[in-house]
Amino acid sequence: MHELSLMQTLGERVLSVAAAEGAEKVVAIRLRIGTLAGVDPDALRFAAEVVLADTLAANATLTIEEIPATWWCAPCGADFTTPPDARACPRCGALSARLLRGQDLSLVSVELVP
Amino acid sequence: MCGHCACGEPPVPEAPPAAAGRPVSLEDSLLARNNHLAAHNREHFRAAGVRVVNVLSSPGSGKTALLERLAALAPPGLRLAALVGDLATDNDARRLREAGLPAVQITTGQACHLEAAMVHRGLEALAEAGHPLTAVDLLLIENVGNLVCPAAFDLGEDLRLVLLSVTEGEDKPLKYPALFHSADVVVISKSDLAEAVDFDRPLAHRNVEQVAPAARLLEVSARRGTGVDALLELLLPASARAAALPVG
Ligand SMILES: Nc1nc2c(ncn2[C@@H]2O[C@H](COP(=O)(O)OP(=O)(O)O)[C@@H](O)[C@H]2O)c(=O)[nH]1
Ligand SMILES: [Mg+2]
Ligand SMILES: [Zn+2]
Ligand SMILES: [Zn+2]
Ligand SMILES: [Zn+2]
Repeated sequence: MHELSLMQTLGERVLSVAAAEGAEKVVAIRLRIGTLAGVDPDALRFAAEVVLADTLAANATLTIEEIPATWWCAPCGADFTTPPDARACPRCGALSARLLRGQDLSLVSVELVP
Repeated sequence: MCGHCACGEPPVPEAPPAAAGRPVSLEDSLLARNNHLAAHNREHFRAAGVRVVNVLSSPGSGKTALLERLAALAPPGLRLAALVGDLATDNDARRLREAGLPAVQITTGQACHLEAAMVHRGLEALAEAGHPLTAVDLLLIENVGNLVCPAAFDLGEDLRLVLLSVTEGEDKPLKYPALFHSADVVVISKSDLAEAVDFDRPLAHRNVEQVAPAARLLEVSARRGTGVDALLELLLPASARAAALPVG
């Protein structure tokens, strides 16, 4: 359900860009999502179909790039990357409290025709 | 967004105007957008001198019950108000109004978390209902019951209060570290049920402290009212409480 509302926001954004550009069609949409954004890529794809049906972006290819969670380890003075459910430093085992990347969702770009 | 409130905040910047070529690069970050609006909410809160608490937990951990109790036990003269995020119904807002707490439902539709923009709209609805921010001392925001995505969305609050009920398992903080880590205050709720469910208090405290070492931790029973005074003290600076007293 998270995905549907997020996709609604993204869809509006994509269509407003397409309108501002005077495009006839949106052929590609590129997203970047952190593995801690609480977003399931498959659910997002499904939501995109629902939200973009009967719009300029109905047949757009959706590309989703996943960004792994990256934490800062203070004891090591270096960052590390983990699967979404872990946040212990693989070097020293310390639990990190500082997330550097991996929670965001970005609309990276669109491709328009003409 | 802020066209509504005439607060002088420039609208969120739109994408750069049409370049002729086709791929159009946007780099439009959802969180950056939300953070921008949260900062803006924060300006409203500062200007009005209102203290704002974002209340988060799983569904059923006792957020609404706690707000009802806070309303009942707050010093007279302290002006409280609430915004409630709920999926479909306005039951919670109605419960709170019945408890004497001015409350506006933020209908999130499909959303499973509140965003700063929704709170901004909620503030307008509160004002329309006769409770502008300048007439509120403590604004409580009941977030949507969810331990995952609300963590990433700043609403502009002063304090984040995360509830962990004694009935939901001592390991919740370890399973949802991002949310618990973001807490300023962790409330162990439904403490009246602790014995009945064999609540492992030392383990729960250890787990909270591991994930949220800087958070204040206290136990509350909304049912019995225990711990609510201590919580009010944490939520409100002494000056605000003192200022409220003579009025009542
Ligand atoms: N025994 C007991 N039950 C509680 C307490 N707080 C809430 N509840 C019950 O827990 C259920 C969920 O509470 P509610 O406030 O609606 O949770 P929310 O979904 O987090 O808003 C309700 O049946 C409440 O009566 C408490 O302090 N003690
Ligand atoms: Mg509730
Ligand atoms: Zn380390
Ligand atoms: Zn505003
Ligand atoms: Zn969500």
